[in-house]
Amino acid sequence: MSPTVLETNALYQNIYSLISWVLPDSLSGIAGYVAGLAIVLFVANIVLVITPLFIWFERRILGRFQQRLGPNRWGPFGLLQPIADAIKLIIKEDIIPRGADRPVFNAAPVILFMPVMLMIAVIPFGTQFYLVDLNVGVLYIIAVGTLETIGIFMAGWASGNRYALMGAVRSVAMLVSYEVPLVMSLAAVLLWTGSMSLVDIVDKQPVPLILLQPLGFFVFITATIAEMNRAPFDLIEAESEIVAGYHTEYSGMKFGVFQLAEFASVVVGAGFITAIFLKGAAGWAFLPSPVWFSLKWLAVIFCIIWIRATLPRVRVDQVMAFAWKFLLPLSAINLIAIAVEIVLWPSPGSTELWIIGLANFAIAGIAIFALATALGHRNFSAREPQRPIRNIVSEKVI
Amino acid sequence: MYGIGIAKGLIVTLKNLFRTPSTVQYPEERVEQHSRFRGQEFSWYEERCTGCASCAKYCPLGIIEIVTDPSKQAMADGDKYAIEKFDIDIGRCMYCGLCVEACPYDALFMGSGFERARYTRSELFIPMEELKNATKRPSTWFRPQLEDKGYDPQSGQPLGWKEVGRHEAPDYEAMRRRWADR
Repeated sequence: MSPTVLETNALYQNIYSLISWVLPDSLSGIAGYVAGLAIVLFVANIVLVITPLFIWFERRILGRFQQRLGPNRWGPFGLLQPIADAIKLIIKEDIIPRGADRPVFNAAPVILFMPVMLMIAVIPFGTQFYLVDLNVGVLYIIAVGTLETIGIFMAGWASGNRYALMGAVRSVAMLVSYEVPLVMSLAAVLLWTGSMSLVDIVDKQPVPLILLQPLGFFVFITATIAEMNRAPFDLIEAESEIVAGYHTEYSGMKFGVFQLAEFASVVVGAGFITAIFLKGAAGWAFLPSPVWFSLKWLAVIFCIIWIRATLPRVRVDQVMAFAWKFLLPLSAINLIAIAVEIVLWPSPGSTELWIIGLANFAIAGIAIFALATALGHRNFSAREPQRPIRNIVSEKVI
Repeated sequence: MYGIGIAKGLIVTLKNLFRTPSTVQYPEERVEQHSRFRGQEFSWYEERCTGCASCAKYCPLGIIEIVTDPSKQAMADGDKYAIEKFDIDIGRCMYCGLCVEACPYDALFMGSGFERARYTRSELFIPMEELKNATKRPSTWFRPQLEDKGYDPQSGQPLGWKEVGRHEAPDYEAMRRRWADR
């Protein structure tokens, strides 16, 4: 990452001025690089610190959902449990199966983890608190986020294991299916904000976009959950069907990196949902903006865990049918509705915003209702009762 | 239908979130047992035991080994067999409690513990010395006299041999109350 991209960043400028003050004049040329590396290290450590916290949070909350306590042994409230898990994984033997394609097998965890680290770069954690403000931010998310699937497919392919390959193929199929509604719901957001930069998207929301585009939010969060392979769409590692999916053959810290990447992608995905649909770091002034972002982030993460705790895993054909038959028409309806509204009210005031919001909620309800009816939903309770069995005993024989 | 089922499910899980967890954190807390719980350590009172070996005869698995020796005392002084051996191999015990039912002198009780798991089978053997010296918290299983006292082996004090017997036969009214009127 070249320092020039970073120069708009206030955090970077502070670190830059600090470093140029510390360094002697003869070395002032490298100050930019040092500052860039420092801020990259900082953001990378955000991932590495928040992800274990998220793992702990998820296990505790999931435990409470199931009337358990969750990990509470090591550290206060069990906070050090992820560290204990990591130490356990590091100590474990690293097994490479004989049939594995060794270079690919070894490269897969890194390639899976890298996109997550890259994606965190464009999340605006607060006003003036982001690594880089790319003017193609949304495109960047979609492009880089898709790379994860390459890592998954490499892992599944190189393992030399049918279960692993099956999981990897499922992952690719899900990516192909869910990328379409995801991008279409994002297109509606881009129509509204007129910019691909995430900072601009946050700034140009008059109210959190979830109030204006409920259908888009629904499609986006569903597709994001599917893209990050979380329950109820976690069938690429469905324990009951294919042993552990693409990481069946992995052990030790490689498996740990897979897990870390998976949870980190949830953290990052929740960050995008917060930025795009919940107006990111905006909030009332009595709390600093990163706190607002964190609160919204936590709420989104909680919802994702809640969904995981509730819904059972869907079948492969159901996943595909859900994406193509249900989410895709919904996202198309959303896109058309938003486009029409933007044509009707190019610069909406508060009255128009009320109209747009209410209309979109109505459209969401009608669209979901109509689509569910059209997709062959049967009303089982209204089914006519079965004919009673003929009483052959009391009938006359002749 | 129309996602209503999903919403209902979400509400169900949300209710569970605010319930008290049912986990019992074992080393610090223990599951509460009924006072009639048939535990692993037997409570045996040497003072009450006559060495009649009823328990050993009734044991379906034959895991109680008793060796006795006639003592040299006169019958009038309360003669009884000297017990040389009273070993229970709980590794094969099925905790049916027939030995306790069989004991005519209330000398053998089911235990109240559940923590006598061991790594080897041979350690599951309870020799007489251990039975003699153990802290005795007998289960009230098949021992109504303990239950009448309201004795709870989990929380109560260890009992000595004088406190566990049926010292006097219950009167008619008490018998009727216990067995007929309930």
